Amino acid sequence: MLSKRIIACLDVRDGKVVKGVNFEGLREAGDPAALARRYNVEGIDEIVILDVTATVEARQARAHTIAAVAREIFLPLAVGGGIHSEADAAAAIDAGADKVSLNTAALKTPELITTLAKRYGSQAVIVAIDAKVAGPRPDATDARYAVYARSGQAATPRDAVEWAREATDRGAGEILLTSIDRDGTKAGFDCALTAAVSDAVNIPVIASGGAGTFEHFADVFRAGHADAALAASIFHFNERSVVELKEFLMATGIPVRI
Amino acid sequence: MIALVDYGAGNLASVRKALAAVGAEVWTPAAPGELGRAAGIIVPGVGHFDATRGLTADWRAAIAAAAAGGTPLLGICVGLQWLFEGSEEAPAVPGLGVFPGRCGLIDSPGPKAQAPSRLKVPHVGWNSLTMPRPSTLMAGIAPGTQVYFTHSYAAPVIADTVASCEYGVPFSAAVERGNVAAMQFHPEKSGPAGLRMLANWLRTS
Repeated sequence: MLSKRIIACLDVRDGKVVKGVNFEGLREAGDPAALARRYNVEGIDEIVILDVTATVEARQARAHTIAAVAREIFLPLAVGGGIHSEADAAAAIDAGADKVSLNTAALKTPELITTLAKRYGSQAVIVAIDAKVAGPRPDATDARYAVYARSGQAATPRDAVEWAREATDRGAGEILLTSIDRDGTKAGFDCALTAAVSDAVNIPVIASGGAGTFEHFADVFRAGHADAALAASIFHFNERSVVELKEFLMATGIPVRI
Repeated sequence: MIALVDYGAGNLASVRKALAAVGAEVWTPAAPGELGRAAGIIVPGVGHFDATRGLTADWRAAIAAAAAGGTPLLGICVGLQWLFEGSEEAPAVPGLGVFPGRCGLIDSPGPKAQAPSRLKVPHVGWNSLTMPRPSTLMAGIAPGTQVYFTHSYAAPVIADTVASCEYGVPFSAAVERGNVAAMQFHPEKSGPAGLRMLANWLRTS
């Protein structure tokens, strides 16, 4: 049976892992390669590097971080943040990334999804969607989720579910869905958001934002229909180990890789 | 030296890294003629079956000749599919046909309805292996070991299947016949188990 994946996210700035609450107030959490080494030993299924303050001149620094992490692991490695062009994606992949995650760039230039899917295959293209509850639709009681760009700072007119569908049609291989409302709060994943997107597309959805307890992971796999769950703070500060989390999930009947 | 055939089907960095980790010396041949001196040949691949068009007639002939002469040949991911007769993904592009059968799309009922139980395609993530019989490739690998897959098309289970996996339907996760072997999953991204399999193959070269 296909396992639910547990993914560790390394939010990197200036070569160091940082993690904030609601995308702000970053505090330092350590060396990316050292963290990757630890997660690898603990049985993490995948690692995502998100360069949260990526700038144009950051491409080389990013490549250095990617290479340092890639040396430590024989696991899938995804890289996001600052991937604005085919050249940025190529630089990340050449440095050792298996997948690139597009966010703002995909919103601005949706054709980039297709370009990269054609060049590297859909399995190498993740579209990251940062979404926030935007109140009920005018014509229904369902919540609506607005898509934000630029690390959650810029509202867009897009709806998260519609955008996920479009990204899939354009060639995305996975969706990395982050709840801005929950990010860093440890209040639990936004299961309603995750289920709305996961049920709307036929590609894997990685849930992100809000992991605080082991139960939150079980919830997002069950109620949120997530295919994978991503977390940062819960792992970085040694609060709970990946091993313990997987043992918990297995005991509750959720398939994981032990 | 192991020949890692680069026909433009994506990124070979992680395969190179994993081969180095198990002690292999690897080069990327510039021309099919170089395969004659290979101790082993790897046909990797990610993405679309159509990319195997890059394995032009001269490459096909050189790979087939080396394999017929006993050189160990290993296909990975699309490289496994190419060792079958072909794939629905690009019906006009022939595979090498070492293994019988064609690759088909992993059956997907599509979105809607029974949301939690429906299958998503591509099949992405860690899934477990069943070994129908002992093999060189899977030596020392326990049944139930999980490896990393990312693919939309899969090869049928055949007599040469040495590891099968199930995603909606059973499919060949690894095949082996004599000196020709292949894996649908990515051993280079499957942690210690994947490295062990690469080392198992390397010992035949």
